Amino acid sequence: MATLRDIQRRIRSVQSTQKITRAMKLVAAAKLRRAQERVLAARPYAGKMAELLGNLVTGSDGSDDAAHPLLEPREGPKRQIVIITADKGLAGAFNSNVIRRALELVRQSSTADVTLVVVGRKARDFYRRRPWTIKRDMIGFWDRLAFSHATELADYVMQQYLDGEADEVHLVYNEFRSVVVQRPVRVQLLPVPRTETAGAAEAGSIAYIYEPNAKSILDDLLPRHVRTQVFRALMESLAGEYGARMTAMEAATTNAKEMIDVLTIQYNKARQEKITKELLDIVGGAEALTQGRES
Amino acid sequence: MADRLTLEVATPTRLVVAETAEEIVVPGRQGYFGVLPGHAAFLTTLGVGELMYRIGRDEHYLAVAGGFAEVRNDKVIVLADSAERPEEIDRARAEGARDRAERRLAGRSESDVDYTRAMAALARALTRLQTAGRRG
Repeated sequence: MATLRDIQRRIRSVQSTQKITRAMKLVAAAKLRRAQERVLAARPYAGKMAELLGNLVTGSDGSDDAAHPLLEPREGPKRQIVIITADKGLAGAFNSNVIRRALELVRQSSTADVTLVVVGRKARDFYRRRPWTIKRDMIGFWDRLAFSHATELADYVMQQYLDGEADEVHLVYNEFRSVVVQRPVRVQLLPVPRTETAGAAEAGSIAYIYEPNAKSILDDLLPRHVRTQVFRALMESLAGEYGARMTAMEAATTNAKEMIDVLTIQYNKARQEKITKELLDIVGGAEALTQGRES
Repeated sequence: MADRLTLEVATPTRLVVAETAEEIVVPGRQGYFGVLPGHAAFLTTLGVGELMYRIGRDEHYLAVAGGFAEVRNDKVIVLADSAERPEEIDRARAEGARDRAERRLAGRSESDVDYTRAMAALARALTRLQTAGRRG
């Protein structure tokens, strides 16, 4: 049986853990709100961009205007996979879900055909000890995530694609469904899928006047579209990370409370027992004394 | 035909302007173009410069750089790499950028890659300063 002091020590230890988890929950909640606002603020640009691209690609259908190396599918086995995780843990299954999802994809091709770009410390640490080639990593920027990070990453993979280092580029990241739901998803980044661009083209038949011409606009638009896609993935992952951490820390705080309750009951019982025992000793002692006097 | 235009200016990080205006002047890559209600469908790339939109007698300015502009059914959509209102511009930073660009330009030939880059930086800085000067 644990002594009173042992139980007390454990209660105090759990209490201080609870303080930390509660603080982490509050921090994550505050950051989550900001991250969510950013995701929403970026939507008009991304939506309009996809629509424009749709109009351009389908509007000038068949002609050479809609041809671009970033749009053309290639027959080739080389895949580059961009894996986006957080730098930090303590966010439930957030990181492991993405890593597992990426692993499924990575294992579809032979090891030699796959190259990785890892974003976030968790992805790097996982894949560093494994046989796949890591072409590039990006770490330690999450606190100051800006569009320039997306540009850097997107321009790198586009260059890899154009140089023939990869025939396909995929993105694996946590999609932000809601505060409590993050889902690992895979998105084909390159070549830019034509179906994706065609969907938004409700006004595909519009005859635009292009200046200077459709081709050069497409040349400008496609890289920006890819950067926007990457930016969205980064922001969703960040919002998802905070959501996951908030949920995880909430659960941890609740668990700590349950544990404290159980330990407190144990403590009270042990204290009661001790008192009873002491009382019995005294009563027993007194009894013995009186009995000794009577006889 | 409507007698007004809807204008939306968005950057990758935010929606900067959503307004109705009577006249809009946009810095296209091949020069400024004006848009009045009834304009033909038009799609172009953006240069660096000042975007103006007029509501009644009030003219509003934005410093924009890079991206696209679309005109369709009296709706003007500008997707810019950057777009700032006069009051949002950091004057000191723009002046710093201008001076840096000017220093880089001094003593470089036009064929230099850095020359083109410095020229672009200079254009952005000058536009920002011009727009910032319209404050208040």
